[in-house]
Amino acid sequence: MTISRRDSLALGAAALGAASIPIIGAKAAFDDVPTADVKPPEFKIEKGASLHMIRPAKFIDPDEVYWKKNTEEFTKKTGVEVKVDFISWEDLRPQLAVVANTGAGADIFVSFGADPHIYSEKLVEMTDLADYLGAKYGGWYPLALLYGQKWNTKNWLALPLGGGTGPVMYRKTWVNEVGYTEIPNDLEKFLDLCQKMQKNGHPWGMSLGHALGDANGYSEWLLWSHNAFVVDEKGKVALDSKETIAALKYATELQKTMVQGTLTWNDVGNNQAYQSGAIGMTFNGVSLYYSMLKSPDQKVQAMAADTFTQDTPYGFSKQKPMSAAPISAMLFKHSKYPNAAKEYIRFMMEKDQYGLWLSSCLGYWCQPLKAYGKMNFWSSDPKLKPFATALDSPFYDGYKGPISAASAAVIANYTVVDMFASVVSGNATPESAAKQAAKAAERYYKKA
Amino acid sequence: MGTTTADVGLQRLTFTRKPDGWLTRLFDNKSFLVFLCMLPTIGLLVVFLTYPLGLGLWLSMTDATIGQPGEFIGFDNFVDLMSDPIFWMSVTNTIFYTTVATAGKFALGLWLALLLNHHIPFKAFIRAIVLLPWIVPTVLSAIAWWWIYSPQFSIISYVVVDVLHLRDTYINFLGTPWPARWSLIVANIWRGIPFVAITLLAGLQTISPSLYEAALLDGASGWQKFRRITVPLLMPILAVALTLSVLFTFSDFQLVYAITRGGPFNTTHLMATLAFQRAIPGAQLGEGAAIAVSMIPFLIGATLLCFFGVGRRKWQQGEAND
Repeated sequence: MTISRRDSLALGAAALGAASIPIIGAKAAFDDVPTADVKPPEFKIEKGASLHMIRPAKFIDPDEVYWKKNTEEFTKKTGVEVKVDFISWEDLRPQLAVVANTGAGADIFVSFGADPHIYSEKLVEMTDLADYLGAKYGGWYPLALLYGQKWNTKNWLALPLGGGTGPVMYRKTWVNEVGYTEIPNDLEKFLDLCQKMQKNGHPWGMSLGHALGDANGYSEWLLWSHNAFVVDEKGKVALDSKETIAALKYATELQKTMVQGTLTWNDVGNNQAYQSGAIGMTFNGVSLYYSMLKSPDQKVQAMAADTFTQDTPYGFSKQKPMSAAPISAMLFKHSKYPNAAKEYIRFMMEKDQYGLWLSSCLGYWCQPLKAYGKMNFWSSDPKLKPFATALDSPFYDGYKGPISAASAAVIANYTVVDMFASVVSGNATPESAAKQAAKAAERYYKKA
Repeated sequence: MGTTTADVGLQRLTFTRKPDGWLTRLFDNKSFLVFLCMLPTIGLLVVFLTYPLGLGLWLSMTDATIGQPGEFIGFDNFVDLMSDPIFWMSVTNTIFYTTVATAGKFALGLWLALLLNHHIPFKAFIRAIVLLPWIVPTVLSAIAWWWIYSPQFSIISYVVVDVLHLRDTYINFLGTPWPARWSLIVANIWRGIPFVAITLLAGLQTISPSLYEAALLDGASGWQKFRRITVPLLMPILAVALTLSVLFTFSDFQLVYAITRGGPFNTTHLMATLAFQRAIPGAQLGEGAAIAVSMIPFLIGATLLCFFGVGRRKWQQGEAND
């Protein structure tokens, strides 16, 4: 039954013109969003207002289709024209820099991670809107609070719209073949699983190249599952620790169970390898599963059916050592129509719109507001489970320290990734790599 | 008819000229006129060259980040970079990359130019095809090379392993530092050959065939003709092509960024890619600008070396060749 539901949604996404079908089908589903009775803040839309929004490009079609559809509804209701540009992830940051530094262009910019903190001085606070939505929809998840609010305050810099995460994706048959029913949380057992799978001709693979999302995600998992972290609570670099050394040694063993060439993979490397059957396990967002599911190739569809998902192994961590990259809507002070902008974001976050968009994205985005986690579609397919709670995690880029330009710079410069890469390839000892990476991280934290 | 016009012309000349106004005198002044004619160029240079360059220099001396204008900190960024092993790796990478790739491009480009200079069928067509790698947008060719070097889907590996059975495993082109560097250099040479070949071909065609005929009569060998006629006469254009090619290669960004993005662990970073990574995704504008500014002395040095070292000829000082 779950298949037919997914298929109907995929069809709905494809049939852009025939919008009535998914709307009717989907509308009934939004009763599954529990809401509190809260009066919405009154944002008086400015006369003659029009808006320009830039947001990340889709990875799956419904993301764009239903975003546009909801936006059209807004225009119909308010008369405010909204131009939405979908920009590829790579171009997002440079464009954001231009908009922020020139004080012209988009009113609303949706970007990911720490960006609201980097541009905090140029943004209109969203506290009124965020407080309202939080009260109505059961509160915000920890990662939404962390990334949305200014560090150690209750002031909202931006409004989190959603987040994606990359849990383990594996071929069940191949995992079962070596005597495991699921992915073990224990690190030794996980290594054992990987070794046995590799011996069976099904290595796994995760990038330690310069892949912004995948490689940083994998190396953060290595750190957190060993209770290691880049900085402590005060933002002091604490990377050079015995936990990090343990993580480095573990990564070296794990690397031997991988397919070759993972050090060269960019963000699509593991997707390609998984879909071609070259690897039997990886960490990835739901887009991989989704693209296999709608492949015209029967063989690939069978792979999708055999693909299962699970949280990344906990290791020594008490909570799942897996973060998510939330995207947040920033409203720039240079916008001439801040009220219209807030009203637009509010409209998009209300259940009739957000519920449609979220459920159509099939787990590609996880909601920042807890009430949306109760939606039925999350339990329609057990494979979506790890994605349903993506933002319910205490871990974030630059974990334990404040979110800042420095934590973003460490990610963008692959400081931790390169530490792992140089060790697993035998080009550095764990001890020297940890020291060097700590020094490199200090360069950024000193400046912040 | 002709005489009439001439007469009219003569009559005109007899008019007495009024004394010139100050404006006329000003415009008759040669230095003023020279200055005036150069104004548009100066304007263009200031707007499109001096301003960005000046801004880059200024940024390199601030702690600007994306989002914050930053404050003047003098040479702190540069001092900081001195102790940054990744920066020094990018410097040595850039020098190595430029030297080897340029040498490769010139060896192969010159060879290709000499081949194309012969009479061959479909000459014009072949010459046009040779230009292709240079015409295709670099990003596109970079993606093609990225596929060629893919650890799982490489066409080279496929041929070597699955067709010829020369190896058991696919080649890991980009996974370790040295193979990755060489792979990038090969891609860069492939892209740069057409420019060198076509430029040198143009140079070869300006050499008068009579010189070769004379040499033939004197009984010169092919090598002697090349050494004594082709090389010296090709030198001026070689110097220009070399300078341009060194500049292109030194500031290469797209190939490396699209294929390895500086990985594995920064061993293929060039100064240009590192500057971008630090400045834009990393948001440290000041530091990124400092890396970019650090390229300037190398670029000037390389230009001077090519221009005066290789092609020191009188034509460069505005005189005729001997």
